[in-house]
Amino acid sequence: MTESATYTDEIAETSDDPVEARPSSIDLASTFEESGVPEILRELDETMIGLAPVKRRLRETAALLLVDKARREMGLATDTPTLHMSFTGNPGTGKTTVALKMAGLLHRLGYVRKGHLVTVTRDDLVGQYIGHTAPKTKEVLKKAMGGVLFIDEAYYLYRPENERDYGQEAIEILLQVMENNRDDLVVILAGYEDRMDRFFESNPGFRSRIAHHIDFPDYGDTELLQISETMLAEQNYRFDAEAKALMAKYIELRRKQPHFANARSIRNALDRARLRQANRLFSHATVPVTADDLATILADDLRASRVFTMGVPDSARESSTEENKE
Amino acid sequence: MRLRQGQFSFLPDLSDDDIRTQAQYAIDNGWAVSVEYTDDPHPRNTYWEMWGHPMFDNRDAAAVVYEVNECRKEHGGKYIRVLAFDATHGWESVRMSFIVNRPKEEPGFRVVRQEAPGRVIRYSVESYAVREPEGHRYG
Repeated sequence: MTESATYTDEIAETSDDPVEARPSSIDLASTFEESGVPEILRELDETMIGLAPVKRRLRETAALLLVDKARREMGLATDTPTLHMSFTGNPGTGKTTVALKMAGLLHRLGYVRKGHLVTVTRDDLVGQYIGHTAPKTKEVLKKAMGGVLFIDEAYYLYRPENERDYGQEAIEILLQVMENNRDDLVVILAGYEDRMDRFFESNPGFRSRIAHHIDFPDYGDTELLQISETMLAEQNYRFDAEAKALMAKYIELRRKQPHFANARSIRNALDRARLRQANRLFSHATVPVTADDLATILADDLRASRVFTMGVPDSARESSTEENKE
Repeated sequence: MRLRQGQFSFLPDLSDDDIRTQAQYAIDNGWAVSVEYTDDPHPRNTYWEMWGHPMFDNRDAAAVVYEVNECRKEHGGKYIRVLAFDATHGWESVRMSFIVNRPKEEPGFRVVRQEAPGRVIRYSVESYAVREPEGHRYG
């Protein structure tokens, strides 16, 4: 299909007047404004705290794609650029959220037709018996066509210790579709950095088909504190001054403990703090509560956390399996 | 003889892009698109073989074109059609149906006359192709 398409393009080039068909100049700034991309970037800036390198990469990618689009309109480039990406970083650093934004970005720029995000893990791609994997993988790929396929913890697809593992089959189909249906879907692989590196080493086919590698850094302490306040504000809660100071301390301690998952750990901590707040209000329910009481998290609600008493943190049990939930 | 069944059958063959556009129209209307094939093109043969499941939750027609091409690889010498099924209450039936692939040679149909008691003649049609066993009908 692609072959015949380029063929007709060539005919059009020689028979039609190429100058008439193509604009002689393109105003990049106004195209940029019109595409709706600045909106998404602005939204990203406002809603996501920190992640400066990621935002920079996203802006660069947007610029590249826009220029590429202009080049194609002028007849300087013909190929669809490879848009497959890999997002590496620790858990809770916003990979899925950014992938969602990326899907919107690509849609605005006209690189994907629908701009929806399909999030899958190994379970959705790999079957349980012979002949089960291929239809399953293809089903997922078809669902993602016209949008973005986000494969979380992609390295689980490849299990070197079991040579009969069906993951290999899924990888082959994935690679084939990534190559042949480049116009139809964009694949984003995500996972921890070191394990992704090993995954790419053992599957060189992936490395060469992925153009953009974006690394998600861990959040700093102040950023996490800011995130915690934003999270609370979204649910109409807030810290009092003492609680805020304690939260900063909490973040510092939590980071040193195992299974630290950045923003996700913070969210879990806040959820538990809300639980304790509700309990506190309930057990002291002798006086009527005000709206202010209902919205304020006190230092006591945080202090009860096991993080302060050391030992096993509350979330140590869940955080290893938690990653898929977001 | 060119088979005239379903939509667009009096038009030249649809290109992949045409198929995509039509399928996208069906998807945008919320209809489930599916691909079917047969080598028995009798007009009353309504149930063709299904190529995979109907695509209930695909949002983009690229998947339909992809499946049509997969089906062509396997059943390129047969008739392939694309259906759009409307599941809304009160409709619950096929809203679109068009042929996207046909054999190189279509021998057409013959009239079969059957003599019944009382000099009655019953007429029916039969494809020349179905005189061969299944799988050997079109080259």
